[in-house]
Amino acid sequence: MITISNLSKSFTLHNQGAAVIPVMAGANLAVSAKECLGLVGASGSGKSTLMRMIWGNYLAASGSIIVGDVDVAKAAPREIIALRRGTLGYVSQFLRVVPRVPTVDVVAEPLLTLGVGADEARGRAMALLAQLNIPERLWSLSPTTFSGGEQQRVNIARGFVHPYPALLLDEPTASLDAVNREVVLSLIEAAKARGAAIIGIFHDEQARARLCDRLVDVTQFTPKAVQ
Amino acid sequence: MTDQTAYNFAYLDEQTKRMIRRAILKGVAIPGYQVPFASREMPMPYGWGTGGVQVTAACLVPEDRLKVIDQGADDTTNAVSIRRFFQRTAGVAVTEATAEATVIQTRHRIPETPLTEGQILVYQVPIPEPLRFLEPRETETRKMHELEDYGLMHVKLYEDISRHGQIATAYDYPVKVEGRYVMDPSPIPKFDNPKLGGNAAIQLFGAGREQRIYALPPYNEAISLDFDDYPFAASKADHACDLCAAPDSYLDEVITDDQGSRMFVCSDTDFCASRRKAGHVGPMGTPMAGG
Amino acid sequence: MWARWAHRWQGADVDTSIWAKMKTQPLLSVRDLSKFYGGRIGCAGVNFDLFPGEVLGIVGESGSGKSTLLSCLAGHLAPDRGEVIFATAEGPRDTVLMAEAARRRLARTDWAYVHQNPRDGLRMSVSAGGNVGERLMAVGARHYGQIREAAVDWLGRVEIAADRVDDRPSAFSGGMQQRLQIARNLVTGPRLVFMDEPTGGLDVSVQARLLDLLRGLVREMGLSAIIVTHDLAVVRLLADRLMVMKGGYVVEQGLTDQVLDDPQHEYTQLLVSSVLQV
Repeated sequence: MITISNLSKSFTLHNQGAAVIPVMAGANLAVSAKECLGLVGASGSGKSTLMRMIWGNYLAASGSIIVGDVDVAKAAPREIIALRRGTLGYVSQFLRVVPRVPTVDVVAEPLLTLGVGADEARGRAMALLAQLNIPERLWSLSPTTFSGGEQQRVNIARGFVHPYPALLLDEPTASLDAVNREVVLSLIEAAKARGAAIIGIFHDEQARARLCDRLVDVTQFTPKAVQ
Repeated sequence: MTDQTAYNFAYLDEQTKRMIRRAILKGVAIPGYQVPFASREMPMPYGWGTGGVQVTAACLVPEDRLKVIDQGADDTTNAVSIRRFFQRTAGVAVTEATAEATVIQTRHRIPETPLTEGQILVYQVPIPEPLRFLEPRETETRKMHELEDYGLMHVKLYEDISRHGQIATAYDYPVKVEGRYVMDPSPIPKFDNPKLGGNAAIQLFGAGREQRIYALPPYNEAISLDFDDYPFAASKADHACDLCAAPDSYLDEVITDDQGSRMFVCSDTDFCASRRKAGHVGPMGTPMAGG
Repeated sequence: MWARWAHRWQGADVDTSIWAKMKTQPLLSVRDLSKFYGGRIGCAGVNFDLFPGEVLGIVGESGSGKSTLLSCLAGHLAPDRGEVIFATAEGPRDTVLMAEAARRRLARTDWAYVHQNPRDGLRMSVSAGGNVGERLMAVGARHYGQIREAAVDWLGRVEIAADRVDDRPSAFSGGMQQRLQIARNLVTGPRLVFMDEPTGGLDVSVQARLLDLLRGLVREMGLSAIIVTHDLAVVRLLADRLMVMKGGYVVEQGLTDQVLDDPQHEYTQLLVSSVLQV
């Protein structure tokens, strides 16, 4: 489902003396359906960077990122948007939403852009929010005023409301208590079972052990000079 | 007898008449389209019918019989002046009888008596552009006519209905000619609009100050603009003529004393007089002598 | 208009080849578009394809050429070089070479232009209902009741109270005037909307409300849009793609979040790092 070949990336900071910072070289990995791959490595080694490159948020310097049948590294913007709509889901560490949209609409949005009817979309959103223990009285409020844990759960709900064939999860259980961590882990397991290919970053060792079929250490892709 | 050697026939020189006739031909070829022409200085100020006079002057031949009306009346100051002007400069016969005239110059009314083939009706037009009050730019209105972009015209009618509950335009009511150009029929009351379309006479419109001529050839279609649910209604005062008892002619309301008493009389003086001559008498009329 | 059509066919087992072709043909193709003012460059060598449903943001500072570019695209200015090919009902046509009549017809039906100052895009002496209804009447609507109903419906969609339908725009606040301008432009379901700084000059809270509205309408109607702005927050919210302009040239273009989060060009990096965070 997701195949990365010979991927490399560097940042060039033009306004800081044109400093070139190579962050990745020769990265290779593959994830198939029903598989969960864990990315490990020291902080700053490039785990989130790799994830953002798969999502299309960061540009690759060379190499290919095949998700389904689209090479994200070379695709046109509209192809990436179409991919993000139906095929590739992303739960990032930070919830970035429009400040005035109610939580239930934030979660329902991926379904609405796919053409699902408003009532059905909201219904599914509400079911997930309930599963993640977000109190009903918060559903009509914007998540910008929520606590970190609540925002994280809204983020997760949005990532799981549509059954994406491929999922990117960046620290999905951080800032969650034991009860909600359990809910999220079972959501991920369910996604795996129905055929999703998952790449995840988990700092929590137990979660890693439970979910990941394989682990990849990204420090092996960090260019030697920087190490 | 007047000294005719002082002026060319009908005042205008031949070149000018030729230019105006060319403009008239263009107007007749494109019904409703405003043809620019080089309006001449006439011995009357702008706003007193210079356009109509120039069109009439270009059309007149010595055999013509001219009728001039102002608001339907043959005996008001303007009608008298213009008639006398053409008597002096063209020496044509004049008449007050609509049926006997070959050229009729009118300000703001169409005669009640139906016109026939071979007659020419010349209108005096103040502002020829129907869109002028909505769109002041000449560049824009020309483009609107060229592109048949008449949405704005209906906006005006829409505004009337939203403000007054009905289309409030009572005169100068725009018409669409032969399904193409929107035309300003001059400030005739909307009661007269139905007479524009399917008329056997040639109708010519002259605007002297604005320098435009346009035409409605015989039997051409001129449909008053309206909405499907607010159709055009040719309305008049709900009254019959007090002098001749005509039920369906356009009426003038005349205040007869300081207490506010009023009477309604036909605006078309010739029409009223003919009816009275034929024996019709209205509630305030007296039988005409020599019927 | 297109969204309605697409929605009808979605899920139906029909000949999707035409529909698929429509989706893969660009709505607007711009090639080497350039405009010069004597020796000065207005804009130069602009190339891009815009597909149905895509929103393109054009950002740059004053003098970058973004407004010149928008004017050339929308047919308000004649470019000195280049093509602007639009997918009309009769096939792709270069709008630069079109007769003015045809271009104006396009501007009345398939295109819409939202001016920065709403007064430039409204008839101030005509009521709100008349403003919204004008485009309908221009394409042949002749039933007063239906026109008024459509106008009231659209006023509702842009969050203007129905009882203001007979008020003149001169009685509206700036934000309301801008929303009225949007309603007036969208009522005939255009396929491509040009917006010139749609939130410029508005108070921040009013801007926010307007942006939410635009997002909703663009998504709902499946519009393509080209939005010129100097405000990066506006593009992040509204645009799928982004073009950064400097000195008349396009220095970078790509996916909006990619250009903003991973800017490659020196100028883009400067722009992004200059934005104040609240």
